[in-house]
Amino acid sequence: MTLRKSIPADVRPIISSALVISVAVGVFAVSFGVVSVASGASVMQTCALSLFVFTGASQFSAVSVIAAGGSVASALGGALLLAARNGVYGLSLAPTLRGSLGKQLLAAHFVIDETTALASAHEDMRLRRWAFWACGISLYTFWNIGTLIGALIGNSIDPKTFGLDAAFPVVFTAMIVPHLRTRNGRRAALFGAVAAVALAPFLPVGLPILIATFGILFGVSPDQSEVEPT
Amino acid sequence: MSWWLVILLAFGAYGSKVLGVVVLGERQLPPVLQRCLLLIPAALLGALIAKDTFTTVQDFSIDARLAGLIVAIGATWKKVPLVLVIALGVGSTALVRALA
Repeated sequence: MTLRKSIPADVRPIISSALVISVAVGVFAVSFGVVSVASGASVMQTCALSLFVFTGASQFSAVSVIAAGGSVASALGGALLLAARNGVYGLSLAPTLRGSLGKQLLAAHFVIDETTALASAHEDMRLRRWAFWACGISLYTFWNIGTLIGALIGNSIDPKTFGLDAAFPVVFTAMIVPHLRTRNGRRAALFGAVAAVALAPFLPVGLPILIATFGILFGVSPDQSEVEPT
Repeated sequence: MSWWLVILLAFGAYGSKVLGVVVLGERQLPPVLQRCLLLIPAALLGALIAKDTFTTVQDFSIDARLAGLIVAIGATWKKVPLVLVIALGVGSTALVRALA
């Protein structure tokens, strides 16, 4: 209990919520490991993605395009576009993450949906910093342990028998929910869905996904229903 | 899968994080650009859901995956915990496939 006492009282709830989120994300990671290996990645490649890419939507997207028979270029294109939002999160977190260059470069790796959401929930700079680092470190740990477990499981089962090809749309459905809170978000999602299916027969696998990105142009007009991004 | 995808994606993903935190830092993006960039996940995830449910390579196909998607949407709607959403979605696809 000495550890518990050495943590300031106002920080304890932050650490608990960071841990709860991390456990949930660990489950995502297990499913990522399974489908990644089932899509033709090796256990090493799957773990390397989680260690060095560390942004779930991009990882799932890259593997999903490869699984469908898409090229490396189209898999990379979609995944990088998804990763671009972390750059926007980085801008909003920059005041929280002031410090030496080395510390900033380390912090940057942890800039993802969950750390941004947790840090932004606090006004106080000190609590923001605690939330960012607690969430970043615990989530990174669980994400990578989960990935390894999933990759090892995926190596030893037949994915189609267990319905694991449905894991992609299922996981993406869970991921898209926070992005549908605004009207522009719903418009962009609908545009993307229609474009992906309508263009599929005419273009190489993966390219319709990139074209779906034009849905972001709904953002040109301000949205009355705009809420804080999470 | 090609190691190139892993390596390029790792550099690209980290690059956009560093661009935000370190390079651009506390500068403000024009609001229009910021609004558009934050819509990327909605557009792309919408596209990925549709692709992974309704197409096989370049063909339209409706199969057991649709059952998984419908169950997952229902479960997400009911705010079921994440683990169960995945288990129910994947499980119903497997069930429909086994019965068909």
